[in-house]
Amino acid sequence: MQVQGANGSGKTTLLRTLCGFVRPVQGSVHWCGQDIGEWDDDFHAGMCYLGHLNAIKDELSALENLQMSAGLAGYTLSERQVVAALRRMGLQRREHLPVRVLSQGQRRRVALARLLVGDAPLWILDEPLTALDVGAVGLMQELIGEHLSKGGMAIFTTHQPLQVAGVETRQLTLS
Amino acid sequence: MRKLSLLGLLGLVIRRDLLLAMRRRADVLTTLIFFVMVVSLFPLGVGPEMDMLRKMASGVVWVAALLASMLSLPRMFSADYADGTLEQMMLAPQSLSVLVLGKIVAHWMLSGLPLALIAPVLGLQFDMSVPALWALVLALLLGTPVLSMIGAIGAALTLGLRGGGVLVSLLVLPLCIPVLIFGAGAVEAVNSGMSAVSNLSLLGAFMLFALVFTPFVAAQALRISME
Amino acid sequence: MAINWFKYSAPSTFYGLAGKLIPFFAWPAAILFVIGLYIGFFVAPTDAVQSEAYRIIFLHVPASILSMFIYLIMAGYAALGLIFNTRLSSMMAQALAPTGALFAFVSLWSGALWGKPMWGAWWVWDARLTSELILLFLYLGYIALQASIEDPRRADRASALLAIVGSVNVPIIYFSVKWWNTLHQGSTIKFTGTSMHIAMQQAMFAVLAACWLYAIAVTLARVRSIILERERNTQWVSELREMKQ
Repeated sequence: MQVQGANGSGKTTLLRTLCGFVRPVQGSVHWCGQDIGEWDDDFHAGMCYLGHLNAIKDELSALENLQMSAGLAGYTLSERQVVAALRRMGLQRREHLPVRVLSQGQRRRVALARLLVGDAPLWILDEPLTALDVGAVGLMQELIGEHLSKGGMAIFTTHQPLQVAGVETRQLTLS
Repeated sequence: MRKLSLLGLLGLVIRRDLLLAMRRRADVLTTLIFFVMVVSLFPLGVGPEMDMLRKMASGVVWVAALLASMLSLPRMFSADYADGTLEQMMLAPQSLSVLVLGKIVAHWMLSGLPLALIAPVLGLQFDMSVPALWALVLALLLGTPVLSMIGAIGAALTLGLRGGGVLVSLLVLPLCIPVLIFGAGAVEAVNSGMSAVSNLSLLGAFMLFALVFTPFVAAQALRISME
Repeated sequence: MAINWFKYSAPSTFYGLAGKLIPFFAWPAAILFVIGLYIGFFVAPTDAVQSEAYRIIFLHVPASILSMFIYLIMAGYAALGLIFNTRLSSMMAQALAPTGALFAFVSLWSGALWGKPMWGAWWVWDARLTSELILLFLYLGYIALQASIEDPRRADRASALLAIVGSVNVPIIYFSVKWWNTLHQGSTIKFTGTSMHIAMQQAMFAVLAACWLYAIAVTLARVRSIILERERNTQWVSELREMKQ
């Protein structure tokens, strides 16, 4: 599902509410038929959220960053898995560089690589395409398409039209 | 993909924070240098009479340790808050309290532990006796974790606020008074020929009490601040 | 008789109720103050040991009692607001804080004035005086935290957590200060009140009651302005008579 809307229309707030950061003033958020407030941590185990901020550390390398964030999410990754994911995102031979020296677009790619190493069925992505070049946007379309065809769900906000091949997407426009 | 146990997660968070601190060593060193400076300023302020200095040594070291740990508190969560890692931590399927506990332990290893280790050197400046030095180090080892734990609540509550650094001291310092009293009291007991055991065991009790409750409370505070 | 208490937990209805209640607390407070201070200054006999200076306790003791109770009540309201997410209780907690801080300050001030003739010093590191000072610090921290968070919902919840942590700590602080004080036994003169004269008791209770009533009246007035400030964009506020003038 693609969420659209003008600046300030509440896209980010909607996504943050879906994640459970913000309690809704009215109404409720349900996942698999149950209010997310009543879900234990299993709800969070089934989702992967990527916000405006990349959540990567300048001091660590791309490899370390991904291993740490996987650790925080509760699982360990082998170096091979991470390197494969980074290669897919077009970051080969940059695995061991501190993220500090990478460009904005490359950092975003590191953050997006998190989607590849996890197996969460629900992706919640806030402006995943910021700072990405044309090639990377194409790659993102491909990744979301793969994810959906495997039966996953993706909710994302974007200002650019994103064509996901082969799968029908829903559009939600906030105003 | 292998699941991490709670203990494994705790270890990971501690390792991660230590690794980050090692790549940015200046932050840790400034706290330590601040501590040494404050303690060394006191004799300049009150005069060099050894009798008086010996008497006030434990209090001076403890107050300086309190101030130094306040100095490093705002850093506990702010970097993770600024780059979005904290959001990811809150979404982690494990309990946030364990993550917070890991950050507290790492914070203590980077602020409280170095202070306790360097304190004997400073104690020599004040002509403290060897038993008193031992009491001082033990008291600091038991007391500074409490400062980190109570401080974590303050740091979480003031996350992202303007002037958070001063505010956090305002909130946390009054709550740390018992630690100050019994920490300094341990050394004083030794000086007056008594045993420091009662003071030290009270400090230990504070530490256990804080260990049970503060990670949970600090996690709640983080949730409030992130809303 | 079934009273619908929840009706008054909505800020809009409580606003009117509080407005009606204020005079019922404010006037008795004023009258009891006058009575209590009159008895205290003119009727109660001069103390054998402390002569006239002891009379300051008629203000000092009620202020100290109130400053401690208000902290607990404030923490209670804060906890209610945090747990049940009721807006009004958070507002009550916020409204109580300045009054509590005021009483703590009055207690310290009057304690210093009493200490000068009694102990020969404005400030003595007496256990009770020191804990009162720390209590004032706790109030100031609470007010500072509340004031520095702009989002009222976060401000309520964050300061509520602080108040709860503080109230758990208050007994620990009190006993450690007491222990610390006995270790450093100074020149403390214990106020060994032999049996209190009946007029002294009357004065004390009158002022104590007056302080309670005053605290309630002031808190209600303050909570009314907090309600107005927070709900200024709602319809019921714009329909108030005082808004149309």
